[in-house]
Amino acid sequence: MKAAAFYDVDGTLVSTNVVHTYAYYAVNVPSLRDKLKRTGGLVAALPFYAVADKVGRKFFNDIFYRNYAGMTEDRLHVLGEEMFEKMIRPRLFPTMLDLIKRSTDEGYRQVIVTGALDTIVKPLSAFLGIDDWVANRLEIVDGKATGRLEPPVLAGPAKALWVRQYMKQHGLDPDLCRAYADSSSDIPMLSAVGRPCAVNPDTQLKTAAHAHDWPVLLVGDKAKD
Amino acid sequence: MARPVPRITRDTNIEFIDERSGPRLVHYGTRFREVVLPRGTRVIHPNPPMEPLGNPLAAIRYALNHPIDADPLFAQLKPGMKLTIAMDDISLPLPMMVRPDLRETILTEILKLCGDYGVDDIHLIIATALHRRMTAAEIKRMVGNKIYNEYYPDRLYNHDAEDPDGIVELGVTERGERVRINRRCVESDLLIYLNINLVPMDGGHKSVTVGLTDYPSLKSHHNPHVMHQCHSYMDPRPEKSRLAKICDRMGKIVDQHMNVFHIETAVNNNMYGGPLQFLGKPEYEWNDFDRTKLQATNALLERMPEAARRKVFEQVPSPFGLIGVHAGKTEPVHAKILETCFAQYAVPVKGQADVVVCGIPFISPYNVNAPLNPLLIQVMALGYLFNMYRGVPLVRKGGALIIYHPCHEEFDRQFHPSYVEFYHRILAHGTNSYELEQYEESFARDPDYIQMYRKGNAYHGVHPFYMWYWGDAGRAHVGEVICVAPENERVPKQLGWKTARNFEMALDMAKDVVGKSDPDITMLKIPPILITDVEP
Repeated sequence: MKAAAFYDVDGTLVSTNVVHTYAYYAVNVPSLRDKLKRTGGLVAALPFYAVADKVGRKFFNDIFYRNYAGMTEDRLHVLGEEMFEKMIRPRLFPTMLDLIKRSTDEGYRQVIVTGALDTIVKPLSAFLGIDDWVANRLEIVDGKATGRLEPPVLAGPAKALWVRQYMKQHGLDPDLCRAYADSSSDIPMLSAVGRPCAVNPDTQLKTAAHAHDWPVLLVGDKAKD
Repeated sequence: MARPVPRITRDTNIEFIDERSGPRLVHYGTRFREVVLPRGTRVIHPNPPMEPLGNPLAAIRYALNHPIDADPLFAQLKPGMKLTIAMDDISLPLPMMVRPDLRETILTEILKLCGDYGVDDIHLIIATALHRRMTAAEIKRMVGNKIYNEYYPDRLYNHDAEDPDGIVELGVTERGERVRINRRCVESDLLIYLNINLVPMDGGHKSVTVGLTDYPSLKSHHNPHVMHQCHSYMDPRPEKSRLAKICDRMGKIVDQHMNVFHIETAVNNNMYGGPLQFLGKPEYEWNDFDRTKLQATNALLERMPEAARRKVFEQVPSPFGLIGVHAGKTEPVHAKILETCFAQYAVPVKGQADVVVCGIPFISPYNVNAPLNPLLIQVMALGYLFNMYRGVPLVRKGGALIIYHPCHEEFDRQFHPSYVEFYHRILAHGTNSYELEQYEESFARDPDYIQMYRKGNAYHGVHPFYMWYWGDAGRAHVGEVICVAPENERVPKQLGWKTARNFEMALDMAKDVVGKSDPDITMLKIPPILITDVEP
């Protein structure tokens, strides 16, 4: 293989995002009091998270993943697999599944580069037949999540750096490599490869895609007709 | 060509410019330019629109009931049968015709008949080949509200050349061409193909073997080797067009495996409707009101932004009239329709020209509801306008082609994403199709472009290559293409053309190309469509 295809996950391969993921964990905590506290807190903080995401994806991650503090490691993994089956798998974009298949057939190495949690990405990658993946990992101390992410936190430029290092390590030609993402925070990652593609892009990414003549792929509800 | 006495010969549509002649109008994208031509210049005007059939519905019914070399349609309809009706896509006719579209009229008749004979397993497929999928709104306009509401989207849809289970290989010709056709059509008891024949290249076996196929099958004839052996695309005789010859060969395999009932239609060249009607007449027939309208149109268009100008033209559908309809077996039906087509379009011309002058309009078969991007400007000049001949090309070998177009570097990213890459990356390697062909496969198999074709409204990834090959015969024949007054000089440069600030400069350059100080000049007044029957 001389080239790879790099995929973001949330909004690109699947219609869910990190908030959905946490919401699933929150409503599935065993204690009722904890459940109410976590789901209520999430709903109340949603406007704040929207603003935080505008400030920067890393800033958002730093704040958002604090919600996971106190959750046990084994529960995160068990629920991760359950969540994949119940929530992620039905929401995968069929167009992207077809694209991954064609891309694999064409000899591209399939790689997921995402800010989502490894507990979700692991079963997803197995299902999609992905060659390599990298995702954010929660810091675990004494079997419980601290609410912090293990460095390096994958977001924005950190994803681009990882992609560049990956291409170098595997002797891949950056001009031939592809990347797929939906958010303007992924512009650095898209810029690192020769063949970027914006999938259901947000406004800023759409503008960048038009400016650089990147292909724009609309999938799911955003696809025309 | 001997220089004749300057005069107008209206009966032949050939005009010779004299000292009394005014400037002649050419299309300049979404605008117009008036060109002062040298004395003695030959101007070839299109034939006036033929009188449309007085009762089109009766003609359609007659064709369905009295087909050529086939049983009447009603006799082929049986309850419980599987029927598919395929039809040409939005690339025909151009511009879009006034409602009801001919396809709506004919479909309505066929579906009425199907209802009477108890046929209800009916699919309507738009034969897009590797063209973009038509949008829901475009389909609705084409087939009418009633049919749309009843059939869309489950039983009225675009052909999908990349559907892994959607294509069946019927066989291989003795020359190795793979015949691969839409599965639903192959598995139907009867396939009705509904064609609108705008130019003689359309219709015949090309309808099914091109419109309902996929990339591996199209490769057989959509390649530089075949394109170089078409003289011209508009002359569908097998000895003149290798494309037509291969399609005929593939069509025979289709006929061995499928029951095809072909309906072909021809429309007249009444393409300018409403306020633009005067553009369909030669300038020497204009009255004062027509000239005032031109001045007003020019003044208005010059003040509008490009997108608004394009919108204006798109809003004026063409009042094409039906001049012929035949049904039955593909080959005899096509032969009949070609007679009608040539009766409308053919203009006898004596002698080739050293220099041909023409304007490029705003539209081509591949940019309906989108800008005419640089590759399509190229295909209009060298693929279409150059090929509008039978016999020998209008421009002599090594002659000059002077074209008018503003040449904007504008692409529709939803419709033409792979064109952008082809234009910027592939054309940087040169303009020789035989060399560029090596990149074709990578575009054809590009997963992004395939998904944009299948799920969006993009032309297939390989399509820009076809557009480039389409210009090959013209590129090999013409000594130089000179673009007058481009607003972005990078475009003609990238296409391998020369540029000139005005007509006088272009003519001086053309004289150098042909090596004559007093070259024979001909202006080709297209559109409306005409095909020159050139006697050497």
